[in-house]
Amino acid sequence: MMRGLALLVVLGMLAGPQFARAEATKSSPEKDFKAFRDYFTHKFPKVPLKDFVNGPYSMDEGLRKQWIEKETFPPYDFALDHGKELFNKPFKNGKTFADCFPHKGIGIRQNYPYFDEKKGEVITLEVAVNQCLEKNGEKPYNYMKDDMAAVTAYMAFTSRGKPFNIKVPKNSPKALEAYEKGKQYFYQRRGQFNFSCASCHVQEPGEHIRAEVLAPALGILNAMPIYRSAWGGMGTISRRFTSCNSQVRGVPLKPQDPEYRNVEYYLSYMANGLPISGPGSRP
Amino acid sequence: MRIMTSIVAGAAVLMALTSAHAAETADTFKAAYEKAEAANKKAGDLRNQWTTTDKALKAAKKAADEGNFDLATKEAKHAEALANASIAQTEREVKLWPDAVIR
Repeated sequence: MMRGLALLVVLGMLAGPQFARAEATKSSPEKDFKAFRDYFTHKFPKVPLKDFVNGPYSMDEGLRKQWIEKETFPPYDFALDHGKELFNKPFKNGKTFADCFPHKGIGIRQNYPYFDEKKGEVITLEVAVNQCLEKNGEKPYNYMKDDMAAVTAYMAFTSRGKPFNIKVPKNSPKALEAYEKGKQYFYQRRGQFNFSCASCHVQEPGEHIRAEVLAPALGILNAMPIYRSAWGGMGTISRRFTSCNSQVRGVPLKPQDPEYRNVEYYLSYMANGLPISGPGSRP
Repeated sequence: MRIMTSIVAGAAVLMALTSAHAAETADTFKAAYEKAEAANKKAGDLRNQWTTTDKALKAAKKAADEGNFDLATKEAKHAEALANASIAQTEREVKLWPDAVIR
């Protein structure tokens, strides 16, 4: 009987990783959400839930003090003013961005990205901005910075405090597929340094990599777009994703590649309920 | 006699190494470069090229343009090794990522 029991234990151990792997891939957005939330709130029990959107400033007291002082004259202010101008400036055909978005584009950032069932793809705020420009005969913006960062900074600002409200409809297998692909991208290692997004933002938030304090993955997109001191300027989610890839010696995909949109979809869903804090500033 | 045999053997090894080192030509470089490019293309199809592979390919091209086919071939072979490593990484990690998922 003891031998049988030992055999069962060994078989169980051998089946363990595969079973866990099958479990992980068969999970649901709702289960993932709970597990993700529990992980970070247990890892950092002293951080108020809403404070996770402040990234490294929720992890490091010294950085936080510097950030609070900087917010007196935020470095994204110029981009915000420029973004408001661009947002309200009529296109050549007389229309403005307000004509492209629900609620005239004000206070809607928290609903992006969403899954477009007709197109079968994730639509991010940046993609929606460029779709608006192209629809009205204007040249699309560069996804990484400058005017795109300015306009989305303004749109984020009009949503400050509103909780992320990302949907993965249960009756949409394609939306679920995009979500799952985003999850895979987030956890799969790449680049010569063999890092995944999770390597830094799940396993080591609050720790240092070079001189940077790593932000937790929970709420990591809520402050976007950001003024980053390391860049000396504004940057969008595209800029951050592509630079993260380069930093692990992986050749970046094109900005707003479907894979990047999927990972934004996944991370934004994980931040549901947490307030939009953008535009933000980061070291 | 033994000493002479050793000297002759040593000289033969040295000549073999030297002649192998001097054997890299435009043709051997071209073959090595094409292999590296093919491997890097496969890594691109898997959406996981490394920046260091690109650098090695560029270094190989630059050396070849300067007529230094020894260095060019060495860099091309390095690029191929990096590209193959990135392919192996993808094939491995596409199976392993679920183990890292928070649950």
